[in-house]
Amino acid sequence: MVPQLGGVIALQRYNYKTPMANAALKRRRPKYLSLAALLFQIRLPLPGKVSILHRISGALLVFPLAAWLLYLLDQSLVSEEGFNHIRDHYLQSPLAKAGLLVFIWAYCHHFCAGIRFLLLDINQGIELQAARASAALVLVASLALTAYFGYRLW
Amino acid sequence: MVNRVIVGAHYGMGSWLAQRVTAVIMAVYTLVLGFVLIEEGPFDYAEWQELFAGGWMRVATLLFAASLAWHAWVGMRDIWMDYVKPDALRLALQVLTVLLLAGYLGWAVQVLWR
Repeated sequence: MVPQLGGVIALQRYNYKTPMANAALKRRRPKYLSLAALLFQIRLPLPGKVSILHRISGALLVFPLAAWLLYLLDQSLVSEEGFNHIRDHYLQSPLAKAGLLVFIWAYCHHFCAGIRFLLLDINQGIELQAARASAALVLVASLALTAYFGYRLW
Repeated sequence: MVNRVIVGAHYGMGSWLAQRVTAVIMAVYTLVLGFVLIEEGPFDYAEWQELFAGGWMRVATLLFAASLAWHAWVGMRDIWMDYVKPDALRLALQVLTVLLLAGYLGWAVQVLWR
């Protein structure tokens, strides 16, 4: 069930059969990539893009978005003045709205991609075509949801 | 024999499974809260406060916050393990992550039970 296990087993089998190829492989490892290469030279397939965006959105949600949302919840619940200030002033600024938009995208993407990963975990849609289609669906759905909530926000 | 690292994972299915179970808990909470917000909104202060003062809402939100902390711990630890090689730095970042998430949890309790 853990994806890495398959890779390890496959590599061991591969080593056993072709020790020469393995030696050549070993010499070039570990391979370090520059940030520029990661960003511009390596073209990730669609599922790869969904995966790295899942990680980036997750990290953003942990910090700083969770702290910010907790602050908003805190202020909006502490008193009526706090609630009115958040609603009528704080969240009216373009910066705060942009922040909310980032939060909405990160949450929607993490949510949609997460459901896709849960389905993959129980072996649903693991064929190449289905996996690519669901990856595209996740990207489009999270952007569409962001656009919808963004529209309602403004 | 696996070369075990003290700042590595626990080499079992526990964290992996916990991350998925907490994900499902949070997804259900998100859908329910999203439905309530869209159906009942927009809120004024009294309605907003009443929503989060309900016993079930407090417990559900605390459950969400605890799930988030556990889920985020596994995810952030994966990130540190993948990108941060020096053990001391990785340990420092892991400790910071735990402090941050524990702080969130404490803050959430404070906000909910004021």
